[in-house]
Amino acid sequence: MSGSRHRNPTPLFLGMAAVLLGVAGAAVLYGSMPIPLTSLVSIAQESIGVEPSHEVPPGHRYIIVHLRLPRALFAILIGASISVAGAMMQGLFRNPLADPGLLGVSSGAALGAASVIVLGFSLPWVPTLTLPISAFAGGVVATLVVMKLSLRGGTASVANMLLAGIAINAVCGAGTGLLVYVSDDEQLRSLTFWTMGSVGGASWDNLPYVLALAFGPALVALPLGRSINALLLGESEALLLGVNVEQLKKLIILLVCIMVGTSVSLTGMIGFVGLVVPHLCRLLLGADNRRVILGSMLLGSTLLLGADLISRTIVSPAELPIGIVTSIVGGPFFLSLLYRSRQRGIF
Amino acid sequence: MHWFTLLAMLSTASAGTIVDSTNATVEANNPQRIVTVAGNVSETVFALGVGGNVVGVDASSLFPAAVHQLPKVGYYRSINAEGILSLSPDLVIATDSAGPPAVIEQIRGAGIPIAVLDSAQSFEGAQRRVTQIAKLLDRTDEGADLTASMATELSAMSKPETAPRVLFIYARGSGTQNVAGTETAANAMIELAGGKNAVSEYTGYKPMNAEAMIQANPDYILFTQRGLESIGGLEAAAKLNGIAQTPAGQNKKIIAIDDLLLLGFGPRTSQGAIELSKALQQ
Repeated sequence: MSGSRHRNPTPLFLGMAAVLLGVAGAAVLYGSMPIPLTSLVSIAQESIGVEPSHEVPPGHRYIIVHLRLPRALFAILIGASISVAGAMMQGLFRNPLADPGLLGVSSGAALGAASVIVLGFSLPWVPTLTLPISAFAGGVVATLVVMKLSLRGGTASVANMLLAGIAINAVCGAGTGLLVYVSDDEQLRSLTFWTMGSVGGASWDNLPYVLALAFGPALVALPLGRSINALLLGESEALLLGVNVEQLKKLIILLVCIMVGTSVSLTGMIGFVGLVVPHLCRLLLGADNRRVILGSMLLGSTLLLGADLISRTIVSPAELPIGIVTSIVGGPFFLSLLYRSRQRGIF
Repeated sequence: MHWFTLLAMLSTASAGTIVDSTNATVEANNPQRIVTVAGNVSETVFALGVGGNVVGVDASSLFPAAVHQLPKVGYYRSINAEGILSLSPDLVIATDSAGPPAVIEQIRGAGIPIAVLDSAQSFEGAQRRVTQIAKLLDRTDEGADLTASMATELSAMSKPETAPRVLFIYARGSGTQNVAGTETAANAMIELAGGKNAVSEYTGYKPMNAEAMIQANPDYILFTQRGLESIGGLEAAAKLNGIAQTPAGQNKKIIAIDDLLLLGFGPRTSQGAIELSKALQQ
């Protein structure tokens, strides 16, 4: 489409990476607790075994090392993950409005989370992980059902998938609604906060899961750009170009399901990032999915990290749920995108 | 070690130590910077005369008026660690309703003592919280006085002769009107004041339609002050479909009591019960 306008994307990617680093620096430096740069430098010196130039109050070290750092990494990995998932979904459905919610993964995860919050059960061995595990299971099961329903003689029809997704979303929504109905006031508030998202649960303990299950699949998705480009031409055309379409579709769904299931189960619902980031990348980099996926990774990290920085500083010492921040920024931006596209006659 | 340092250590060792509802031993040493994460906890700390040491409260802390000048750390279900730590507290007092759990762990991990008290919505629960907080703050005498006066007030309260049927409506604007069933703070207060909850078919708060409200046949309808204001006051409430047709609506027996006084289960629980009980005898 506009590939010729963006012949060499490397400077743009480097620019995006630089912005990400800048925002990451800000995310570690700023928070409710004013921590001077000297403390930060000293902590960095200590971590590489150099005699620190200033004494660091122990409270500062804890906040930097155990709160801000894991939280920043968490936001980076999750932001990259849900944005790449969004890019793949838009490629799979050949529709710029597609988002991972279409597979039922978010509503399934919401049902899983609501069950834990309202019914209050806990898993043996891992009571503290009950909510994320249940949410993840809900998301995966819902996606598998959608998959199963859309299979016709071994091939997955994208149209059927869309319809099955709508049906599963309705069923899960009804289940969540039922749980909302039987919930008490506090459970309802918890549920509401869960649907607005937070990356405040980040810790060094759960980062490995995020790295493996949310960010890992995003890396696997990186080389899929070319095949997704072919898919955009149509399934039969992609087949002619030598793409194993059925395998590709299943791989995309599997990756999206694991990525989004993991993200949602650990952060709750964070709206608009998966939808808006791939769009932004197409504006900046052109429609080539090889670029869009890498771009989504960089831009998604930056945006979620920035949104979290806003969410934890703007009403400090309280915190604004991150989903509100992403939606406040994402909603109007998306509207302006739609408006501009309509003027250019794309829709 | 010198003998008087040893003696000093012994004398401070037991003061300010409690076992909280999570079975954790929490030790506070004459805390000067306290963050309270529940309306009834904030109220209790102020009632014990230590309000001057409170440096931050949650959004549900609305009494006494002095709390409004303090930094707010957010709603108690969605607190965040750094926000609380930025207030440099030397004691955080919350209840088991506070969360998310990860944040409680993060605060504990920062080495700040955090007490997680039982949030039971009952008179005994309120007394237990007073006792525990008093112990943490090294105000055991004041705490004992407070729980004793709570009990005295309650036992001196005159109850209605026959328990009237009371329907509690949790209103937040005319769109949401949830009615209290059993196992709710409202149910506990109605019983404490000598009334009978008109709704015993379900637990928790549920939306109720006009027909079911008529069937519940309440003698009194109870709101919180803010709840009644949110639907336009007494006159508007009496005209609501479902309320207008009940004995309570026809006789304008509509009661509104301050939110925290009625449902907070803090140190003013007996006063709330007395106020409700008086209204139930009119």
